[in-house]
Amino acid sequence: MSTTPTRKGGSGSAGYEEVQASDEFAALRSRFRKFVFPVTALFLAWYFLYVLLAAYARDFMAHKLVGDINVGLVLGLLQFVSTFAITMIYARWADRQFDPTAEKLRERWEAGQL
Amino acid sequence: MKAAVLAASTVGNPTVNITIFVVFVLITLGIVLRVGRTNRTAADYYAGGRAFTGRQNGIAISGDYLSAASFLGIAGAIATSGYDGFMYSIGFLVAWLVALLLVAELLRNTGKFTMADVLSFRLRQGPVRTAAAISTLVVSLFYLLAQMAGAGSLVNLLLGVSGNWGQNLTIAVVGILMIVYVLVGGMKGTTWVQIIKAVLLVIGAALMTVWVLSKVGLNLSDLLGHAAAAAPAKEKVLGPGLRYGLTDLGKIDFISLALALVLGTAGLPHVLMRFYTVPSSKEARRSVVWAIWVIGIFYLFTLVLGYGAMWLVGPKKILASPGKANSAAPLLAYELGGTLLLGLIAAVAFATILAVVAGLTITASASFAHDVYSSVIKKGQVGPDDEVRVARITAVVIGVVAILGGIWAKDQNVAFLVALAFAVAASANLPTILYSLFWRRFTTRGALWSIYGGLISSVVLIAFSPVVSGGKVDAATHKAASLITDPSVDFHWFGLENPGIVSIPLAFLLGWLGTITSKETPDAAKYAEMEVRSLTGAGAEQAVTH
Repeated sequence: MSTTPTRKGGSGSAGYEEVQASDEFAALRSRFRKFVFPVTALFLAWYFLYVLLAAYARDFMAHKLVGDINVGLVLGLLQFVSTFAITMIYARWADRQFDPTAEKLRERWEAGQL
Repeated sequence: MKAAVLAASTVGNPTVNITIFVVFVLITLGIVLRVGRTNRTAADYYAGGRAFTGRQNGIAISGDYLSAASFLGIAGAIATSGYDGFMYSIGFLVAWLVALLLVAELLRNTGKFTMADVLSFRLRQGPVRTAAAISTLVVSLFYLLAQMAGAGSLVNLLLGVSGNWGQNLTIAVVGILMIVYVLVGGMKGTTWVQIIKAVLLVIGAALMTVWVLSKVGLNLSDLLGHAAAAAPAKEKVLGPGLRYGLTDLGKIDFISLALALVLGTAGLPHVLMRFYTVPSSKEARRSVVWAIWVIGIFYLFTLVLGYGAMWLVGPKKILASPGKANSAAPLLAYELGGTLLLGLIAAVAFATILAVVAGLTITASASFAHDVYSSVIKKGQVGPDDEVRVARITAVVIGVVAILGGIWAKDQNVAFLVALAFAVAASANLPTILYSLFWRRFTTRGALWSIYGGLISSVVLIAFSPVVSGGKVDAATHKAASLITDPSVDFHWFGLENPGIVSIPLAFLLGWLGTITSKETPDAAKYAEMEVRSLTGAGAEQAVTH
């Protein structure tokens, strides 16, 4: 499992510990965590709100809005909508914001500039 | 007498069903034989040479994930208990966000073949790998059992195979086919089987969905109205609570299930292993995005199929059929398109079971060969060829266990068996995965306490729950709704069917407690390597080029 030194991204330059300690890496990590942690908290909270409503607010969930379509069905379908939306937003953010930053850090590391 | 039994217990024409299925098997076997020839290294056998694209892998993940439980189980649960069945699909889908945001890419960047690669990266190899391998095997076996049980009820319904020995024989045939796929095709062959199956499944479900909706002029509200009118519970099927909401305990069981579903996916070893089949973390991300779209759209179809079956077939007829709730989708296919559509859907359902079982088998065998045999028993002093040989032998053993287990569990509702696999995965695997990726201080003791604590607590709670003994006794048949159907055998003391609400927090707690009480100093160098690799992709395993 352990990586052989030759496969390290920055062979000949800084080791993993130096990279980890660098400001650039700290910025990259904080960027990642600042995106994924709040989004995770958000979708879990929204999911459990839905679950708790389904368990304890049955009359509310069974309340009909249009024809035989009730609140429960609409909230359930909104879970689908929010999942699709978060997926698209994250993929866009990762492709356009995160990947280029990580790429730049790796290039500077390989060039021995860290 | 025999003819009468057959007529009563099967729908459609068994010859048509079997013919379509055999055609599928021949085509996929041909593909598996073709790609199997390029299996040279361990990376080929375990990870398909890491050469699949994100889209291919995403569709294969969908194929893996849309198991018999999703297709037959969820459609059946909606058809018989309405809205509460829909809940399953929401949990199964939202769970993918955990995998997308927190696990998939980081895992691809740090690991090699198995979940244990990541868990043991910066901790003590031997004990952590062993623990991760044990929990991989347990989760995979639970999941296998669910798939094989699905096969049993399908056989009953579709192939006109009545009687115990006939069913058992068919389960054995499914198991043997699956062993052949895995041995010959490795991960590459398995992936292609999953891709083909996912495409067929989505097309079949889309066709039936459009068919059902066209009967009500594309008006969802009318469909719900018709369905409610056909159900004994009437309007109640449209809102939550029919299956879980009756008692306070039922409500907690529902929350427990919801927790297990949403946290289970990112801890399923056979899902995690699929992230190693692509060349980079970017492609791993693309895989999950594809999987979320395919899976989400498919679950929207099952909503229509479930209520469609409730309306057009009726819960009573579904529950009276040999496969019980699991036969809702096939019965709906027969109602809509007669013998031919039923044959197609039946073949797709069989293909589903075959493909998922193959995926589980390769995961479990890889875990044993790579984690236990190669790293723990032989301390890494083993050639890749030897490791793959052990993996193949393990695949055969697991296949045999799956066949025996499937015969034993053939009458259980599969969605619910899978929910238990999710509970074990969410308890034993996810806490350690998250801790080792994100918590600098995490130690070996924390990992072991969390894995074994989560694993043992969830399995023990299931063993002493109404799932195994002492379930509700059916007034007509005098059988308990448990694995042990004899109502006089009752050793349950844990009231919930799903252990997640106890075992998941417990595993997180044990991981924390084990870490803070441990004197082990975290390996700073390994943690630096893990963190830098996970985020930058430096030093990640490369694709194999032939």
